[in-house]
Amino acid sequence: MSDPNNALLKLHNIHTHIGEYHILQGVEFFVPRQGVTVLLGRNGAGKSTTLRTIIGLWQASQGLVEFDGENITQMSTPDIARRGIAFVPEDMGVFANLTVQENLQLAAISGKINDSRLQWIFNLFPALEHFWLRPGGTLSGGQKQMVAIARAIIEPRKLLLIDEPTKGLAPAIVQNLAKAFRALKESSTTILLVEQNFHFVRSLGDHVVVMDSGLIVHTGPMSELSSDEALQYRLLGLQAAHV
Amino acid sequence: MSLNNKPMALQSLQGRWTDFAPMILVTMIALFAWPLIGSMSTWATLTVAGLAMGMMLFIMASGLTLVFGLMDVLNLGHAAFVAVGAYVAASLAGVLSVLLKSSTGVEAVAGMALVALGAMITTALLGLLFERFFIRPVYGNHLKQILITIGAMIIIEQLVLALWGAQQMMLPLPEAVRGTLVIGEVAVERYRLVAVVLGLLLYLGLLMVFNFTRIGMLIRAGVENRDMVEAMGYRIQRVFVAVFAAGAALAGLGGAMWGFYREQFTAAIGADLLVQMLIIVVIGGLGSVRGCFFGALLLALIQNYVNFLIPDFAMVSNISVMVAVLLWRPSGLYAPGR
Amino acid sequence: MKFLATHIFSDDLPRSRILTALLVLVLGYLFTAPFLFPGARSLNVAATIGVYLVLVGSFDLLLGYCGIVSFAHAMFYGIGAYGVAISLGKFGPSWSSLFIGAGAAMVLSTVLSILMALISLRVKAIFYTMTTMAVASAFSALVMRLNTVTGGDDGRNFSVPESLTPGFELFENEFFGTLINGKLITYYMVLFSAILLFLLMLRIVNSRFGRVLEAIRENEFRAEAIGYRTLYYKLAINTVSALIATAAGVLMALWLRYVGPQTTVGFNVMLNILLMAVIGGLGTVYGAVLGVVVFTVAENYLQLLLQKIGPLTTGVPVLEHLLQPDRWLLWFGLVFVLAVYFFPTGIVGNLREKARLRLNGEPSRPHQTV
Repeated sequence: MSDPNNALLKLHNIHTHIGEYHILQGVEFFVPRQGVTVLLGRNGAGKSTTLRTIIGLWQASQGLVEFDGENITQMSTPDIARRGIAFVPEDMGVFANLTVQENLQLAAISGKINDSRLQWIFNLFPALEHFWLRPGGTLSGGQKQMVAIARAIIEPRKLLLIDEPTKGLAPAIVQNLAKAFRALKESSTTILLVEQNFHFVRSLGDHVVVMDSGLIVHTGPMSELSSDEALQYRLLGLQAAHV
Repeated sequence: MSLNNKPMALQSLQGRWTDFAPMILVTMIALFAWPLIGSMSTWATLTVAGLAMGMMLFIMASGLTLVFGLMDVLNLGHAAFVAVGAYVAASLAGVLSVLLKSSTGVEAVAGMALVALGAMITTALLGLLFERFFIRPVYGNHLKQILITIGAMIIIEQLVLALWGAQQMMLPLPEAVRGTLVIGEVAVERYRLVAVVLGLLLYLGLLMVFNFTRIGMLIRAGVENRDMVEAMGYRIQRVFVAVFAAGAALAGLGGAMWGFYREQFTAAIGADLLVQMLIIVVIGGLGSVRGCFFGALLLALIQNYVNFLIPDFAMVSNISVMVAVLLWRPSGLYAPGR
Repeated sequence: MKFLATHIFSDDLPRSRILTALLVLVLGYLFTAPFLFPGARSLNVAATIGVYLVLVGSFDLLLGYCGIVSFAHAMFYGIGAYGVAISLGKFGPSWSSLFIGAGAAMVLSTVLSILMALISLRVKAIFYTMTTMAVASAFSALVMRLNTVTGGDDGRNFSVPESLTPGFELFENEFFGTLINGKLITYYMVLFSAILLFLLMLRIVNSRFGRVLEAIRENEFRAEAIGYRTLYYKLAINTVSALIATAAGVLMALWLRYVGPQTTVGFNVMLNILLMAVIGGLGTVYGAVLGVVVFTVAENYLQLLLQKIGPLTTGVPVLEHLLQPDRWLLWFGLVFVLAVYFFPTGIVGNLREKARLRLNGEPSRPHQTV
């Protein structure tokens, strides 16, 4: 599973500049097919920029992004999305002026929402049915997050890019999300999950990539990192939990 | 249970149609002006004239606000589409004069419709070219947009002068459409009524497209968050170009209508209205069709009333309205995108 | 030489040999025009260039240095012109009425620019631009409306103080073939005032005040965060720019002894200012000089060129109309658009860039003006 050659997504020496700032300074990692790859790192490490570079919202100034064997580095965002990548940004991007239903209808590029798929989503997020017709702008953070993720999975995708889904959410909702992600894992979707919350991802993630100051400082199986407290401290500054 | 089958219409009505304040405002102003003016017939004339003018301004400015709201592009050259629309209408009117001179109302109206259609098609095509050469290179840079679009307006105005000449253009209103409708003691010009009805239909049509169609949904989402729409796989660029062309077509329609209204005009016909269009876009709220509609009506009505009641104030009425509306709602009558 | 550079030119030298040469040429032309190119028409061109230098330069203060697009600039120009005209017309052609008129115009400009700035500088830049458009158009309408005072669409003539009239002769004899009359005195007065104002602008731009303005243009948020009350700075530059434009209007009115909407508050005047500023180079005070000269040359000679070429294409349906001398603005507009695309830094920016390349061998850091 961790065979770089069969990876779904590969980044080679990616440099991204935003204005004068050199954010990504040679990012290099791969995302294996299926399962959850977690991109960890402190604030400002460049995780969000990495996701946005993959989906094409920022143009890499150097390097190669390869998705399912295809070079997508220079492609436009819509073209990249249509190759089977869904993106859930940090601010969730839920359209405030559209109802939840319209948000999902728009996300279904084919034009129609698949009923059984929708049912599956309602099973993952039962609360979604309750605010189905409310405009996105009236939702709470947790509700928006559900909508954002529902949008990403309303149609099958090869890869989900999700940026800090648990940020600012109440613990109960975070637990809900964890359940949903586990269910997603079981479908054959690959997930690249950016998170700062290590405890959320330690049991969820299969593969982990750690970033710092625009560079990758560690990659490996999640099991390796979650069992090595010294490594956790070194990479993430996490103190051992005193039970 | 599938909630998919409920018509979109009913669902989108929730929570979005509750802001009636601007509509009430316009109505109140009209009613308020009545006692000030005194006579019913004068009031009716002024009001219908104001509404007609407002409708035409709305039609012309709707493209401008859409383009700004959706593409974040300030196109000061929008006035050029109005001028081209009027000029093309004048030329087509010459070609179709048989229809237009007919004594039957139906034929005359059909003729006018064809003229307007021709104007719209021309300006839509011009809009496509305009977007390609004057807008696309300066996406994202407001300052350059202001400069380039002004340059573009100069170029197009000069082209119009070169192709048609510097003389006054004539676009006479067909005889069959002239005249006034008399209801009781009130006399209303027929063409003005046509303008009002047309404007209303267009407004409702635009609203329906925005709220009840998929493309409308896409546009509303795109106005709000272009990146997200692209990340969902939509080539919003193409939608933008289409919207730009549609906006240009609407300006052309407005130009044709305004041309018939004025019956005589020069190449400055668009530029003369530019300031008013900009004010309407600002008070309406950038990107809001509803705001543009009520803003246009508000501006035109107040302009008419003030012109009659306190002529000396006439030239500051537009600015005063703008300042007053912005003080009430700093982002315009309707927040962007609604 | 150093003294000259620092104190007169405020350390903002042309920095390009070609540019310097051009500027010296222009200055030389302006100084000697009455003698080398006598005749009402060519003298008029020279005086217009002098006044527009100041007008366009003050516009560049706003646009190039602050990134503020104001369509009310021609209005302030008009206020100066009309102020003088009305005052001289009403109170008689004396120096005191001249100063009263100019003073009143300055006060009005100050009040208006502060009002406009207060209303719209707090909101998005786009709103400010539209506000200036609206205010300017209202002012135009006002000028037309008060036609008893302003002469309406036709404008009005008025007399100037005696020493400035053509009839007044300073010396009996001719000097280098030209009579030293009031017209000449007026010309040099206008020219010297224009140069003084120009140097003033250079000083403003290169002072600490000017540096703060640049910081605000680059990143207003950061400037505010550092501690500069950006609103006050913007207010100040608005007022300064308006006042200089008003001064230009005063000079022009004195020269022409006539004011009219077409030459002052018309939209075409505003457009011309914009074109000149952009072509010359935004954010460089010298740009105004070149922009004005290029535009004036183009206006006169492009028309001549078209007059020559035009007749060659008679018969060719569309082309013959495009090449009429009246359509010179079409071609100039094209040049303008191309200039914004390919030469956003204008002529001056380009010349300076070439000079820098020659000196250092490497291009300068991108200086965001447009």
